[in-house]
Amino acid sequence: MNGMTQIVKKVTQLMSGLIFMYGLYIITHGHLTPGGGFAGGAIVAGGFILLILAYGSKVLNLRKEETQTSITESVALLVIVMLALAGLFLGTYVFFNNYLPQGEIGQLISAGVIPIYNIFIGMEVAAALLTIFLGLVIYKEEVAS
Amino acid sequence: METLLSILIGFMIIGALYALHAKDLLSALIAQGIVGYGLVIAFLNLRAPDLAIVQIVVETITLIVMVAVVLNSSREEVKESWNRNKILNIVTSLVIVGFMAYIFAFMIQPLQPFGDHTMRMSQYYTQMGAESTGAANLVTGVLFDFRGYDTLGEATILFTAALGVVTILRAKPKKETES
Repeated sequence: MNGMTQIVKKVTQLMSGLIFMYGLYIITHGHLTPGGGFAGGAIVAGGFILLILAYGSKVLNLRKEETQTSITESVALLVIVMLALAGLFLGTYVFFNNYLPQGEIGQLISAGVIPIYNIFIGMEVAAALLTIFLGLVIYKEEVAS
Repeated sequence: METLLSILIGFMIIGALYALHAKDLLSALIAQGIVGYGLVIAFLNLRAPDLAIVQIVVETITLIVMVAVVLNSSREEVKESWNRNKILNIVTSLVIVGFMAYIFAFMIQPLQPFGDHTMRMSQYYTQMGAESTGAANLVTGVLFDFRGYDTLGEATILFTAALGVVTILRAKPKKETES
């Protein structure tokens, strides 16, 4: 897969950072404004997919990248399960228990464990979507060569 | 609101039907995009911005991947003849549609009018959700506190999808590393 023209490359270079920041904002403010882990993770993955599409697959070492995203998603899912299991031992013996102090409604640091779940779900979704995309790109390169 | 929704759903049905019968696969994809983005507008009208954000991003990424697949393979649809048993097919589908419509009209009677939900569970969620979870966004509160299992299931589905793609999509065998 070759890269696109210089104009597309420049615009992508300017835009992808903004898209990435917007995704992070959606993830971290998931318990205050519409959005959350799934939406923000998909936006972050979209920023990376835009970069790969514009610059072509020669720029990156795709195999290494795929290994890293795969590891990231596995670790994020594992952390989610561990956090949920921690609810069993801290508090009222309920899976997915909200055991941290809830704070004031509307503040950025509030709602107990919900922001932490949001962050890790965001990591998981972004890494999973990127892994699927990279898997397809690598397959195409292998077939073409 | 109901008329707008009906118009949108009619538009989406037309898009889906066109996507089924289009000669060119690329225009079928565009017609399928009508369905997805129409769903975004429907979610926005039903005051569900959370779902609208997810839907618009996922729809865009899916469209990109599908367009890449179509551009790299053929734009022609596979020719298939479905002349045999044409009458039997039509009669079967009409019978099934009539049966489903009858069941639907039967099941819809005990439901509340459109827009009302007076179930005890959702009343508790909407009234006590903010206090009991501490999250100002009710949707996130429900997703990660009351319905944590659902979220775990969704994350597991994504994980399994990525695992399947990484495992199956492989033209050359993976190099035998020292085991």
